[in-house]
Amino acid sequence: MAVTAHTKKAALTGNTAVAIAMKQINPDVYPAYPITPSTGIVEDFSGFVADGSVDTELITVESEHSAMSACIGASAAGARVMTATSSQGLALMWEMLYIASGMRLPIVIADVNRALSAPINIHCDHSDSMGARDAGWLQLYAETVQEAYDNVFMAMRIAENAKVMLPAMVCMDGFITSHAIENLDLLSDEEVRGFVGEYKGRNSLLDTDNPVTWGAMVLQDHYITFKHQQSEAMTRAKGVAAGVMKEFGEKFGRPYGLIDAYRLEDAEAAIVIMNSAAGTTKVVVDDLRKQGKKVGVLRLRLFRPFPFKEIADALRGVKVVAVLDRADSMNSFGGPLFNELRSALYDLDNRPKVMSRIYGLGGRDYKVKDAVEVFEELLNISKTGKIDTMTKYITL
Amino acid sequence: MATIKELAKKDELLSGGHRLCAGCGIPPIVRIILRSANGPVVASSATGCLEVGTTIYPYTAWRIPWIHSAFENSAATISGVETAYRALKKRGRIPADKDIKFVAFGGDGGTYDIGLQSLSGALERRHNFLYVCYDNGAYMNTGIQRSSATPLFSNTTTSQAGEVIQGKQEWRKDLTRIVVAHNVPFAAQCSPHNWADLSKKAEKALAVKGPTFLNVMSPCPLGWYTKSEDSIKLAKLSVDTCYWPLYEVENGVMKVTYKPKEKKPLAEWLKPQGRFKHLFKPENANLLSAFQARVDSEWQRLIDLDGKQVY
Repeated sequence: MAVTAHTKKAALTGNTAVAIAMKQINPDVYPAYPITPSTGIVEDFSGFVADGSVDTELITVESEHSAMSACIGASAAGARVMTATSSQGLALMWEMLYIASGMRLPIVIADVNRALSAPINIHCDHSDSMGARDAGWLQLYAETVQEAYDNVFMAMRIAENAKVMLPAMVCMDGFITSHAIENLDLLSDEEVRGFVGEYKGRNSLLDTDNPVTWGAMVLQDHYITFKHQQSEAMTRAKGVAAGVMKEFGEKFGRPYGLIDAYRLEDAEAAIVIMNSAAGTTKVVVDDLRKQGKKVGVLRLRLFRPFPFKEIADALRGVKVVAVLDRADSMNSFGGPLFNELRSALYDLDNRPKVMSRIYGLGGRDYKVKDAVEVFEELLNISKTGKIDTMTKYITL
Repeated sequence: MATIKELAKKDELLSGGHRLCAGCGIPPIVRIILRSANGPVVASSATGCLEVGTTIYPYTAWRIPWIHSAFENSAATISGVETAYRALKKRGRIPADKDIKFVAFGGDGGTYDIGLQSLSGALERRHNFLYVCYDNGAYMNTGIQRSSATPLFSNTTTSQAGEVIQGKQEWRKDLTRIVVAHNVPFAAQCSPHNWADLSKKAEKALAVKGPTFLNVMSPCPLGWYTKSEDSIKLAKLSVDTCYWPLYEVENGVMKVTYKPKEKKPLAEWLKPQGRFKHLFKPENANLLSAFQARVDSEWQRLIDLDGKQVY
């Protein structure tokens, strides 16, 4: 497939880049409620509506709960629906997230990751989307503004695939990515239209000649069957996601996979991390490699469905791994990524030693020195074969 | 306005065979309203008796497109459906001459209490829809817990009449007034015993552009501790005693649509209902007269506003 030449470069914040991605998709309906740090997305989009550069119906509802409820109503009516939120907003949607996925509605949310109260805090961590990890939504994570922009298109394609039909969450770090200006390549509107195509929801509520009941009461005789089908769709979504990411790379020259393995081939020690902090960690890996230290990074781009096999393949042969979670599941045994990843490695013949480190909650900086310290500890464990502290907070 | 013969000839849009109780006020309310739509209708329901009783999978009683998503968001859900309708019509995916009406249903718990915010938001945004509250005066679906619509002194499972406290101690929330304060083009109170009044108001509400509202008295044999066959009689008594006045506010003008020739004593409505049994103990005579006094003053307030611009 020929790679298109791109000349459309721009310097944008993550929020504006995502708003532009949404403008290019031009969804039918956008139910919106503002919340820091995602507010820039709806503000930019409101400008597009006012200027007529989209003809989306923007409805400014009175809460995130109603935003997701309206998304569900509009999606069940056959419309292509998108929204954006953060933190408490996603938490307020929590009830409706399960209903969107249970009804198999391919709604796409941009979630600008922010800490959950209390204490109230507006800065980055992943407790919001991690709190929704069992809600049946696809979850894509982005290291950069470019990736956040690109993920919007990929998420839509995966979600709307007939084999999937599940809602998707596109996550990026609050302020760090949402408010930082980066250079990126934009797709043309034609390229976006060609990639995401048209969406026509099945069994629309507006097809009054063929009335359908949505959201019936399902009891012991059928409930588990619905959930089984949903689970199967989530399993299928992994292959669909891999295919969509490959197609995106071939068409637009920016290759993506389910995971991003950085200098892991012969690595002895690895950090596993998500979103923007992977960038800092990669810088440290380059420095340590220059000193002859065999270190690498594994970054998950897809958290739901969980790419357990790809993770195990990438970490096979690594001796020690630190999983850095920007969220705590308050179970006294490490963060959510740590627990799922450690389980993914269980069946390896020579599985690495794995420890959990919780970092950067509420926007606390994760610096070069923090990554250096984790790698030094890992390399020491690699020599001694002994982990002193399995789980602990860093960047304190 | 349609005659009863004309109404009877219209398609039945909520089929029989559903699992709502014998004597429940909800099915006649829904059927009369859907018959008054004069064209395609799409409906939503809040979690509650109507939803549970009509859609136990794999069966459905709905012969129109219908959605339920959760308890507190019937209005928000229908606002999404109605917005999709406008979006798809604008884009030519729905024929320009196709006119669909949207109706959201909710019980008093799903409307006065947990759904008040989403109702208020949808009214303020001026969606083109009718919201219908079937008010049976408690959370009947979950076993008769008090709501903010529960009548004064009513015995419910969470406002029990005991040795010290005689049922619910608070006057009910006046939701219709709250809705009127949203400056909607049409809002009304109705009762299923007066099918002509209900049908006329539903027809008006569905013909108007913008958000409209009907608050409908809905007898509940289970929660009122009454006989199934008495429901319509009791609905009539709630109106004839002026506990549940029938009125409408059209473009801000109040009109009391039914004035009983002879206002009946409140006790006539209360006495057949088990939920008010304790009020007829001799030591509670003062409570009964306090209840009557409040009903009298509310009715008088309404009569004083009759024919006036109230908003």
